[in-house]
Amino acid sequence: MFTLFLEQLLNGLQSGVMLFLMASGLTLVFGVMGLINLAHGSLYMVGAFACAAVAAWTGSFWLGLVASLMAAAIAGALVEILIIRRLYNRDHLDQVLATFALILIFSEGTRWIFGSFPLFLSVPEFLTGTVVMPGDFQYPLFRLAIIIAGFAVAAGLFLLIGKTRLGIRIRAGEADRGMIAALGVDIDRLYTIVFALGAALAGLAGAFVGTTQSVQVGMGEPVLILAFVVIVIGGIGSIKGALVGSLLVGFTDTMGRFLLPHAFATFLDPASATAIGSALASMLIYIVMALVLFLRPSGLFGTEA
Amino acid sequence: MTMNRETFINCILGLALVIVPLIALGMDEPFIITLATKVAIFAMAGVGLNLVLGYGGLVSFGHAAFFGIGGYAAGILASHALNYEPIMTWPFEIEGTTQMIIIWIVALLASAIIALAIGAITLRTSGVYFIMITLAFAQMIYYFAISWPAYGGEDGLSIYVRNGFPGLNTLDPISYFALCAVMLGLAIAFSAVLIRSRFGLALQGARQNSQRMTAVGIAPFRIRLVAFVISAMITALAGALYADLNRFVSPSMMSWHMSGEIMVFVILGGVGRLFGPLAGAGLYIILEHLLGGVWEFWQLPLGVLLLIVVLFARGGLVGVLAGERKHV
Repeated sequence: MFTLFLEQLLNGLQSGVMLFLMASGLTLVFGVMGLINLAHGSLYMVGAFACAAVAAWTGSFWLGLVASLMAAAIAGALVEILIIRRLYNRDHLDQVLATFALILIFSEGTRWIFGSFPLFLSVPEFLTGTVVMPGDFQYPLFRLAIIIAGFAVAAGLFLLIGKTRLGIRIRAGEADRGMIAALGVDIDRLYTIVFALGAALAGLAGAFVGTTQSVQVGMGEPVLILAFVVIVIGGIGSIKGALVGSLLVGFTDTMGRFLLPHAFATFLDPASATAIGSALASMLIYIVMALVLFLRPSGLFGTEA
Repeated sequence: MTMNRETFINCILGLALVIVPLIALGMDEPFIITLATKVAIFAMAGVGLNLVLGYGGLVSFGHAAFFGIGGYAAGILASHALNYEPIMTWPFEIEGTTQMIIIWIVALLASAIIALAIGAITLRTSGVYFIMITLAFAQMIYYFAISWPAYGGEDGLSIYVRNGFPGLNTLDPISYFALCAVMLGLAIAFSAVLIRSRFGLALQGARQNSQRMTAVGIAPFRIRLVAFVISAMITALAGALYADLNRFVSPSMMSWHMSGEIMVFVILGGVGRLFGPLAGAGLYIILEHLLGGVWEFWQLPLGVLLLIVVLFARGGLVGVLAGERKHV
């Protein structure tokens, strides 16, 4: 029971880290450009499909991973230049509708090219198998690798935003976009770069998660909504908030699904304990979100309401 | 009311909704009558959303929850009645029912209570937060419906015989269409009266300038909350009709895709236009029918069209045809 608990804890960490890859792009795009992007889940899907297709074609998971980054970044940059750019000065309603339309286009286009059947990605040879973890239980090596890779990317992102010239520009863009344009920064190019960066992170997450689950049309939508919950909890526009929110949502969701049925089983019969427990567990993160918002309407690290 | 271009367009839209099914009846095409019924029901869901979205300026991305609540009111009550199982036996016995009027009252009450709770939390926020939180609450109800096994869970719930309405054979397509069209007409008329009332003016005032509204002594929060509840009730009523049209209700009625579609009806037709949802739902269903008949992947051109409308044809169908912008 205790080792199972530890294993679930790691699963929660993994889902939290993957959520961060999604949520950080979403929150960056909102923070810098003021755009709400529903199609972020589609870029996640593009990453997963690119990885699956290239991995199947070349036989190399690593080339697939590179392809997922490239394809999502290119798709993101193209969409930004062709469509999203026209939406920055529109109200949120137009942005929601236009990006909803983009979801239809991406999902249906992918179904057209790849068909409705899920694709499967296989784990690269030397990452198969399990490792013995402290606490004496087996954990899949690939999942462990995902956690480490996710943290590495997160650390890289924090360095990029905090230490580099591009990061300074991105933060300046969040603070006052008129001023940095006046200071001679090519604001159009900056926006395209930020959007492509967010897209690449989403695509990478898609490739990772696609390897542990399956690659199919519509896979981005549940993750997108979780990522929304994350950035609402963390405060829209805050990368730190996205990290805290991702881990909170990842743990709450995984542990809730694991613990609640057990908790109800202590005073209910097994069948209804499972029913009530799993029903409540599926609602748990939304309850947490409602609580956070009730106490802090602009999220944990948000500045503006 | 003077006969301006928008009123003229509204008359045409209303007439088209009535005439098309009548022609279909003459040509013995029951499928077209069903499509028209679908248009009336979707339009009604949009009329509900338009109240908060168009007049209140509140972008609710979770109205499918209320649509689904209405649907489940119909499904649950009917399933209890048809299986002769009381809904509860203690402290007093409540039976299911197959009477639409009772179902509608239950749908209205249930959606009002849930909208009151959701609105009380979500309306504390604004802008993007509001969009995402309404979406999240709808997802919460959606997942609840999926994981609650008593009423079919993910598989949904069938209504074996369409529920009844006094003096009407609801199984007859044209009769059921007439019922739905009358309900849509009532919803539009109610909206028209509401937005011209003191309440409606306050709601629109809160959209245009919330600080000024507070300064003249009207609290926007309470106005918005009442509008949110009324809007949810209209959408729930449409949901009850939709469940009866399909004789089936499932969690997909509450999915975020449905929320998006209801929003599309409103925006495609024209935000804040009385007949906008009818124009939008009509256009959507016609496109779905025409494109769907030609190409399996019809949502692809639909998405492109939607993008074009958002980017270039602002104001929706009614806005483009009527020419003038209604909101400042």
